[in-house]
Amino acid sequence: MQEILRQLEEKRAAARLGGGERRIAAQHAKGKLTARERLDLLFDPGSFEEWDMFVEHRSSDFGLAEQRVPGDGVVTGYGLVNGRTVFAFSQDFTVFGGALSEAHAEKICKVMNQALKVGAPIVGLNDSGGARIQEGVASLAGYAEVFQRNVLASGVVPQISVVMGPCAGGAVYSPAMTDFIFMVKDSSYMFVTGPDVVKTVTQETVTQEELGGAITHTTRSGVADLAFENDVEALLHLRRFLDFLPSSNRGKPPHRPTHDPATRAEASLDTLVPANPNKPYDMRELIQKVADESEFFEITPNWAKNILIGFARLDGHPVGIVANQPMVLAGCLDIDSARKAARFVRFCDCFNIPIVTFVDVPGFLPGTDQEYGGIIKHGAKLLFAFAEATVPKVTVITRKAYGGAYDVMSSKHLRGDVNYAWPSAEIAVMGPKGAVEIIFRSDLGDSGKIEARTEEYRTKFANPFVAGSRGYIDDVIQPRDTRARLCRSLAMLRDKDLANPWKKHDNIPL
Amino acid sequence: MFKKILIANRGEIACRIIATAKRMRINTVAVYSDADTEALHVRQADEAVRIGPPKAAESYLDIARIVAACKETGAEAVHPGYGFLSENADFAAAIEAAGIVFIGPPPAAIAALGDKIAAKKIAQQAGVSTVPGHLDTAADAEMAAAAAREIGYPVMIKAAAGGGGKGMRIAGGDAELREGFRLAASEAQSAFGDGRVFIEKYIAAPRHIEIQIVADAHRNVIHLGERECSIQRRHQKVIEEAPSPFLDEKTRAAMGAQAVALAKAAGYRSAGTVEFIVDQKRKFYFLEMNTRLQVEHPVTELVTGFDLVELMIRIAAGEKLQIAQKDVKLNGSAIEARLYAEDPRRNFLPSIGRLTRYLPPEGDGVRIDSGVEEGGEISIYYDPMIAKLIGRGVTREEAIARLAGALDAFVIRGVSHNMGLLSAAIARPKFREGKLSTDFIAEEFPGGFKGGTLSPEIAAQAVAVAAAAQRITTEYDAAIAGAVIPERWVVVQGESRYPARLTRRNESVIVAGYTTRQEVTTDWRPGDALFRGTVDGVATLFQIERVGIGWRLERGGAVLELKVLPPGAAEALARMPAKPAPDFSQHLISPMPGLLVSLAVAVGQEVKAGEELAVIEAMKMENVLRAERDGTIKKLCAHPGDSLAVDQIILEFA
Repeated sequence: MQEILRQLEEKRAAARLGGGERRIAAQHAKGKLTARERLDLLFDPGSFEEWDMFVEHRSSDFGLAEQRVPGDGVVTGYGLVNGRTVFAFSQDFTVFGGALSEAHAEKICKVMNQALKVGAPIVGLNDSGGARIQEGVASLAGYAEVFQRNVLASGVVPQISVVMGPCAGGAVYSPAMTDFIFMVKDSSYMFVTGPDVVKTVTQETVTQEELGGAITHTTRSGVADLAFENDVEALLHLRRFLDFLPSSNRGKPPHRPTHDPATRAEASLDTLVPANPNKPYDMRELIQKVADESEFFEITPNWAKNILIGFARLDGHPVGIVANQPMVLAGCLDIDSARKAARFVRFCDCFNIPIVTFVDVPGFLPGTDQEYGGIIKHGAKLLFAFAEATVPKVTVITRKAYGGAYDVMSSKHLRGDVNYAWPSAEIAVMGPKGAVEIIFRSDLGDSGKIEARTEEYRTKFANPFVAGSRGYIDDVIQPRDTRARLCRSLAMLRDKDLANPWKKHDNIPL
Repeated sequence: MFKKILIANRGEIACRIIATAKRMRINTVAVYSDADTEALHVRQADEAVRIGPPKAAESYLDIARIVAACKETGAEAVHPGYGFLSENADFAAAIEAAGIVFIGPPPAAIAALGDKIAAKKIAQQAGVSTVPGHLDTAADAEMAAAAAREIGYPVMIKAAAGGGGKGMRIAGGDAELREGFRLAASEAQSAFGDGRVFIEKYIAAPRHIEIQIVADAHRNVIHLGERECSIQRRHQKVIEEAPSPFLDEKTRAAMGAQAVALAKAAGYRSAGTVEFIVDQKRKFYFLEMNTRLQVEHPVTELVTGFDLVELMIRIAAGEKLQIAQKDVKLNGSAIEARLYAEDPRRNFLPSIGRLTRYLPPEGDGVRIDSGVEEGGEISIYYDPMIAKLIGRGVTREEAIARLAGALDAFVIRGVSHNMGLLSAAIARPKFREGKLSTDFIAEEFPGGFKGGTLSPEIAAQAVAVAAAAQRITTEYDAAIAGAVIPERWVVVQGESRYPARLTRRNESVIVAGYTTRQEVTTDWRPGDALFRGTVDGVATLFQIERVGIGWRLERGGAVLELKVLPPGAAEALARMPAKPAPDFSQHLISPMPGLLVSLAVAVGQEVKAGEELAVIEAMKMENVLRAERDGTIKKLCAHPGDSLAVDQIILEFA
């Protein structure tokens, strides 16, 4: 018996070595951690339970018969993140460059299946050269099996991808279908076709980093949500991120006790909105001052910066924040910001996370770029997302809420549960100047008259009371009391029960 | 006594004057520009009158509007504060012509003493010792250079109408003098509407000591001792104290007597300050007389017990001084530090913006004069002073300790500020020993301020504090699902690593290293900006902020970046490649928000290190940006007249 136990330990030790010490050193030289080191950082100490350590591929073509490494290039299992179960797979670049084989895919599918059964998040740590070419179509089938499970898990358990190395070709579509993508600067990239193919086909010369690096995807394409300096920062932030999410769509978001009083007033919010309606201010200040312990976990901060999304806690309960950012493009909605916020709203709705919306929106961005780019359909995504969401929805209009954008931003008419306005709110079809120039077109030559009309329009509509008189605004609140009012509303809404009509699924304008 | 007075000023000094007026049961009227509609002084006053657009020239410097505001509100008297119109004889005259009392000296005295050249002549006649120099204004750079050569370099170029360090330049030779003349004259013109400058011998490493005098309308003149204001940067005072650690009783009496003689000779009334420079042998020279309340007046108030604003108001109302020279006693010590919205790490460039967090400390022996509150704005239009902190003690040591504690506990976010420099300056042994000079900052922080240094004890406390903060935060995270709280951690600070076991004992966090054991008690909670507590029973205080995966601690002007990581993460982090900072060497970056006044170069031009590239105006100061090395201009990215944001690219080098 002792001998058998010893053999087990030897086998384990061999498996833990993955592709061997030389390849581990090469991995480290690139500034990357190994698959197992990454899992150690992700999970609570000693909590990781590895599965399928002894799985090997079943191929014999092209010399593969002689190259069998236990684990087959991916480490899978589950562990605890601050005490809650999370499933994970971590691709091992030291084994076949992390290439995905049939067996490798089966291991991933196994943990995904289990995560779905028990209702726990799935984290994928991607570091793979792509398909195991020697296996041919078996490898492609493996990808498709993973894709299929990504789709089935979507909206059932949170799925997060951390791209920590190469992720190219078809492989990108697994992260693409997960809820959030994190990347590591300088050591990860994602693209459908690499620089060589790009050069051949379009004559463009571009580096891997420029084409699909972390900076590119978090600032230009919006494919990825967050970029981190290195593996350690990415994984430690991921732990904090997971603390905001429920384990599945069957659970409530996790409560974290707080000492921050729900009734805390913030006097300085009374002066946040400048007297001059054209002067911007930083909406992040409002979010941070309202949130428990000033903690706002912002997502996608560097793409479509005219809208802010992210998680915070109010009285210990996670909420999703959506907020126009007046600092960028005056906070208007455009194609990118509508897509960014729409996907986030749908994520929150999937996972029972209440949505708090802060509104200061002058309208949609005009221009041929926007129209030719399909702002109609993209803007509709955000409208659709807010309208179909059945989670608690609380909205605060801080300043402008003009035109169609007013409707879109979680308005009362889209089943907003509680809609507040600050006294500085202006809820109208458009700004006073624009409105007067249309209504009183004949007076356009007379600046005196136009000014008087503008003032008249401003007094009449540039305030929250017209909307308030129709009940579109539940109350006009003191800015300083925003946190207290939000906490109280969310407490009232905690057991909200609302269902949409039965359908196979909706048909959001994709 | 007056029933209502108007304060022709803004910011902290307006608030300070309102406070005394309230105590004297006098109603107050504030004035404000469009930039100050939400300002604290406007809300503290009983009434407030809008006097124009943000630009000072069209509001706080507009005499007609302020006189109109007095009439509109029925104010019987005007206190001008400092700066703005406080030393403008025309303003005082206009106020008096309107039948309103000016809480300050007679217009003739302001005119005579406000002109540095005329003042020097009066001083000489009154038997006051003066600095060797030329008593005529220099019409052009050549005349100035001739005068300078006659006096002998180095010389000081000074604006005749100057004050507050504006329009002052030192020159060591002809070339520097010509440039200095141009800048001083243009700054003086824009700041005071008077471009006249004169040349004076520059006295190296002097101490700046001034005498506070008070004169009533009944020919009683007394002095309230001295203030030492040697700690300056760019001739702008930053730390002031009373009494001076340098003066002996004899020198004090001699300086006081000369100051009183000058006030009498000038027919002075109200509070005023006679500034001297004092060399290392305690020889003193008259510098100028400030015919107003000084920024640093609180230190005198704290050691003498008199309220200078109250004295000014009573004198203006015609009351006789109730105190004689023998009643003036200097009790204990008081030190003031001026908190400015400027970045000492970036050559004191001004910073503007909203004070997103503003939590002034409270404590025994600490006075804070401030005109802002959380959510207030440091605007581009006015002086960037945020607040004055004054520490008071029975001894100088106690005053320093209290001021240091107050600086460490003052939480400000939203703008850059000089708190770190102030903390570091008063922690210097030379400051503690009272060895001050106007070159103190340049000498103590050669090559610019790069942060304070902490004693080994305090640095060890920082490690314990970061570890305790991590432990407490982890407890909150663990409470989500009742997770086991890990005990093994590694504190990472730069290249150093301290393995530590973090546990609880009752209310304390125990930080146990291989050979050390620290016990931390605190009521700190995640999100708090201040960590107060004890380490091994010794009270401690740090500003603390969670940044990324680590903690940023600040104390005594030193900023510490600490990470408290699980052992595996600490080990992994050590293997992560260091990434070089982005390279801006090919660009000239705007170091501050401001207006691009001029560009001295064109595309294709070759420049040598030190050559002028551009001038940016911010906070009324013209800042010359120079080439840091030789190069060729490739592209101009901004043009004169543009408003620049911080870090905006102005031009590119080839």
